[in-house]
Amino acid sequence: MDFVTSILTITIRAGTSLTIATIGEILTERTGILNLGVEGIMLMGALTAFATVFYSHSIMLGILAAMAIGGILALLHAFLTTTMRANQVVSGLSITLFGTGFSSFLGQRLGPESNNFRLVGLRAERILPFAPKWANDIPILSAFLNQDMMTYLVYLLIPLAWFFLYKTRPGLWLRSVGEDPYTADAMGIDVTKTRYLYTIIGGMLIALGGAHLSLSYTPGWSENITGGRGWIVIALVIFSMWNPARAVWGSLLFGGINAVQFRLQASGTSIPANFLNMLPYIGTILVLVAITWWEALSKKVGAPAALGSSYMREEK
Amino acid sequence: MRLVFEKRKATSISALILVPLISFAVSLCLTALLLTIFGADPIKTYSAMAIGAFGSLHGFAETLVKAIPLMMTGLGVAIAFQLKFWNIGAEGQLTLGGVAAAGVTLFLEQYLPGPLLLVGALLGGLLAGALWAGIPALLKTSLNVDETLVTLMMNYIAILFSEYLYYGPWRDPKGYGFPGSRMFASNAWLPRIVGRAHIGILIALFVALILWFILKRTRWGFELQIIGASQHAARYQGIAVERNIVLAIALSGALCGLAGAFEVTGISHRLQQGLSIGYGYTAIIVAWMSQLNPLAIPFVALALAALSVGGDQVQMVMGLPAAMGTVMQGLILFPMLAGSLFTEYRLLAVIDKKGSLPG
Amino acid sequence: MCAQCNTCRLFLSIRSMNESNIPKVEMRRISKSFPGVIANDCIDLRLHKGEVLALLGENGAGKSTLMNILCGLYRPDQGEIYIDGQQVEIHSPRDAQKYGIGMVHQSFKLVDSMNVLENIILGLRNEPFVPDMKRVRKQLMELASQYHLGVDPDACIWQLSVGEQQRVEILKLLYRNAEVLILDEPTAVLTPQEAHELNRVINTMKQEGKSAVFITHKMEEVIEFSDRVMVLQKGRVVAETSTSETSPKELARMMVGREILFQIERKPYSPGKAILELSHIEALGDRGLPALKDISFSLKAGEIFGIAGVDGNGQRELAEVVTGLRKSIKGTLKIADKDMTNKSPLEIIREGVAHIPQDRASVGAVGDLSVASNLAMKQYRSRPLAQGIILLPKRIVEFARRLIDKFRIATPSPNTQVKFLSGGNVQKTILAREIGAARSLIVAVYPSRGLDVGATESVRRQLINMRDDGLGILLFSEDLDELMQVSDRIAVIFEGRIMDILDAGKIDIEHIGMLMAGMKTEVD
Repeated sequence: MDFVTSILTITIRAGTSLTIATIGEILTERTGILNLGVEGIMLMGALTAFATVFYSHSIMLGILAAMAIGGILALLHAFLTTTMRANQVVSGLSITLFGTGFSSFLGQRLGPESNNFRLVGLRAERILPFAPKWANDIPILSAFLNQDMMTYLVYLLIPLAWFFLYKTRPGLWLRSVGEDPYTADAMGIDVTKTRYLYTIIGGMLIALGGAHLSLSYTPGWSENITGGRGWIVIALVIFSMWNPARAVWGSLLFGGINAVQFRLQASGTSIPANFLNMLPYIGTILVLVAITWWEALSKKVGAPAALGSSYMREEK
Repeated sequence: MRLVFEKRKATSISALILVPLISFAVSLCLTALLLTIFGADPIKTYSAMAIGAFGSLHGFAETLVKAIPLMMTGLGVAIAFQLKFWNIGAEGQLTLGGVAAAGVTLFLEQYLPGPLLLVGALLGGLLAGALWAGIPALLKTSLNVDETLVTLMMNYIAILFSEYLYYGPWRDPKGYGFPGSRMFASNAWLPRIVGRAHIGILIALFVALILWFILKRTRWGFELQIIGASQHAARYQGIAVERNIVLAIALSGALCGLAGAFEVTGISHRLQQGLSIGYGYTAIIVAWMSQLNPLAIPFVALALAALSVGGDQVQMVMGLPAAMGTVMQGLILFPMLAGSLFTEYRLLAVIDKKGSLPG
Repeated sequence: MCAQCNTCRLFLSIRSMNESNIPKVEMRRISKSFPGVIANDCIDLRLHKGEVLALLGENGAGKSTLMNILCGLYRPDQGEIYIDGQQVEIHSPRDAQKYGIGMVHQSFKLVDSMNVLENIILGLRNEPFVPDMKRVRKQLMELASQYHLGVDPDACIWQLSVGEQQRVEILKLLYRNAEVLILDEPTAVLTPQEAHELNRVINTMKQEGKSAVFITHKMEEVIEFSDRVMVLQKGRVVAETSTSETSPKELARMMVGREILFQIERKPYSPGKAILELSHIEALGDRGLPALKDISFSLKAGEIFGIAGVDGNGQRELAEVVTGLRKSIKGTLKIADKDMTNKSPLEIIREGVAHIPQDRASVGAVGDLSVASNLAMKQYRSRPLAQGIILLPKRIVEFARRLIDKFRIATPSPNTQVKFLSGGNVQKTILAREIGAARSLIVAVYPSRGLDVGATESVRRQLINMRDDGLGILLFSEDLDELMQVSDRIAVIFEGRIMDILDAGKIDIEHIGMLMAGMKTEVD
């Protein structure tokens, strides 16, 4: 395989977990809920998936368990922010705190005694890349095919999510809740239910992204397996301007830099890597500024207008 | 019949006190449940944690070590939140503060005597933090760019930048490949009081008092409170809203930068990995739990630091994972978040009369 | 049960015997009250197919409440609604939609960032999972051409003019098979051209057998658009007639007709020098459209200068220009002979100008802060409340106590947060603060709106006291009673212009009514 293809392969693999999680967070933020608990949910997803697969030897079960955990944590966030009207930032951060700590805690508790309470180094069934043999020699294309089941899922998820958001009735309602909850409510849409639903779905996808890390990418479990990816996902959501189709570019960008960084570090120096690594974050800030500026002029693309604010209909 | 939230007609003092207490109790129970599931005795665990954090001089010193940066960043974040400016960038401001302090020390070591060097380092930390927070503040006031996400992103830029420095140009040539800057000369070390706890604790307490004084007893603090409560009202009374926001947020960043400067000059004595370990995020929780009151922040910071240190102890003594402390921190917050609603609203059961709604 | 009911029941039964066609909509004996005010008092309304009814009245007359009941946003305390002769229960906008009733509110329920097609089908449950946008488009364009409501289906709402947005709102209702359309102040946001086009739309609807009710305070609209008109005053129907059988003069009389009230006791009117002089002031509103178009008047010391008019004709913008919160694009503003055109709010405050704002909940008072803090918000910059940069809390509390006593603000303590006070007491707090600091001019915008009788009395008394002390007062009010009781001179504002300035002592009620409704001269 030539250089480009191998970089592309790694990039796509690295971007898989990011993309799934990003799509999940896009759905959540599109209803106006900011979920800063991504890092915690990804960690819990990764741990749950790994531990479940380790003990049950069933990948399917592991994936389902991870999604369940993600859904539960997201449900907590939805409950606190929507029903209890708590501060969205603090709630999300609390979930990250809890998720980080609890995954670490469980990770140490669940391992066998002999391994000093860590799951590191244990092997579980993992999702193997499957690709038809003949594809191996085709440049570029083989990079796309030489991936595991979850990456294939992403190939499907992106167009599906885009279609759902922009071409279906529930997608329209979802978007209206994030743009103008008062109008949505006046038009008969249940704002609360919508927020709960997509926050939970978002959480499930985020946890699924985490599962990819422990079941395929690394694989295995270690305490900081996400390495801050959760925060990158939050940046990616902005970077893709809340559009699932664009999520892929950001993930490739971040994933690609990750991949390139390995190569660079291997060659001894990490100086340029750090600045390269900064680019996505700087880019995200620029996107935010551009959007806000442009929004002031045109309202064409923007954050869901009601992102981050709570909403309660007054009784008459 | 249905349940409805109704706004309270008066501040319920009982709610203000009861809610945090009940939340704490709930979280203690939840954690106890968790511990029992994993086969650990809750009482033994709690006491091990308490002893670990406060039972010995060493333990207490370590608790202070963690409490100091939490206090400073907590105070910084609290000012920002007072203005409803969601400064999530405390971590980055802290990091750059450490970088600036290290920079001043490393480059001016030859030229300045100890105490002056230290003051310079701390000032550098203040300025770096102020600058780093000033940028998102300006973006907010001039272009109305949302500060939550900008400050968050700037954390990563700051952290990456500091990594670049201590892996690269500032790396200690005699460091055996260990990433980190050269060690500071001992006359540039922040004096310690007990164990690793340094005089930063005194400065932090002093800052808490000053901040309280500013907010409650000066004209400027009064204006900040008004701006935080209602920018319209502030403008209508002739207060310069934008300028005050930028100043206050710069102050917020400065305090976080100072925290970083403390870490570097008082704890690690060099610039290395381990500067950014999440104090900036925990600070948000400290500020929120203290209800933004500068006088409460040192206590809350101490409590959270104790949980963290206690957690470490628990690992050694009871074989439980050190992450126990973090889990507890998370578990305390959920009931408190849920409970915060009750300070403003009451839960009522409403019976629908046929043909009319209440009110 | 209202006192008139036996009478109206008899009246109705006689009438219904003579009626051959069943009305499309009938509201009987509708009553609705809110804390402290009776919004609708035993109102009967009938609307026939193909008919356009105008609801005329001043602010607070009860028109919006009545229509909100019809379209499901409020529930009446008493009374019944009949659609096509059958009694129905309307508990929500969805119920109203089911019965073919829809309302176009003053603030549109449209999502700015979405396009017209998406807004049209938003919330419709019978659209399939993947809506066939081609079909929606076709249906929409058919309706649009049928009713002369031309609109670009792919345009996003933020790109449309207000008139076009209104068309989208109407199309939304038509798409949902509305038979009865309720329009709330429809021409308030339209240019004369667009208003004319709206007339065409309404006529087409009539031909198609649809009915319309529109709420208005403008005489022109009534004459041009409606077949029948119902005049409401303070929650009651005071007149009902077919439009062709009445005249603007008569309508004006019916709208504002009341006994002449005597002025509140005060010192004789002896105005001093000019405190506030506006000369050809022009200013833009929030949307960039002209809100003030050539305002000129001179307000003297020792005078209460009232501004009459229905809310939304430029009052807010005028108050903001005078207090420095809004820039004027033309003209000059002088305070006590000093040119203060486009100066900052702080500079104007320093000239001794006080402002009692329209929005008391979030601008005039800060709910989260204490009463004492709110009282101190104007004078905290100097002694006695502050020494240099330091605030003196004891002095602030003393100061607060004095004002609480003087203005009889009901609060458990000076440290209670303002959000817990009743509306009247919040207003008293604002008044106390502003009046305490005023040295030249007080700008009061709807100061007694929403207050009970006692609080209202006290507000008016305070304003008169200040006037007797030699200050100038610019009083904006929707309540003609209040203006006549309190003002020395009254100016009427309509669509950003001063229609006329009158001496309070020689007010012709009909004349004012007509000016408020936009008619400049007497039309027979």
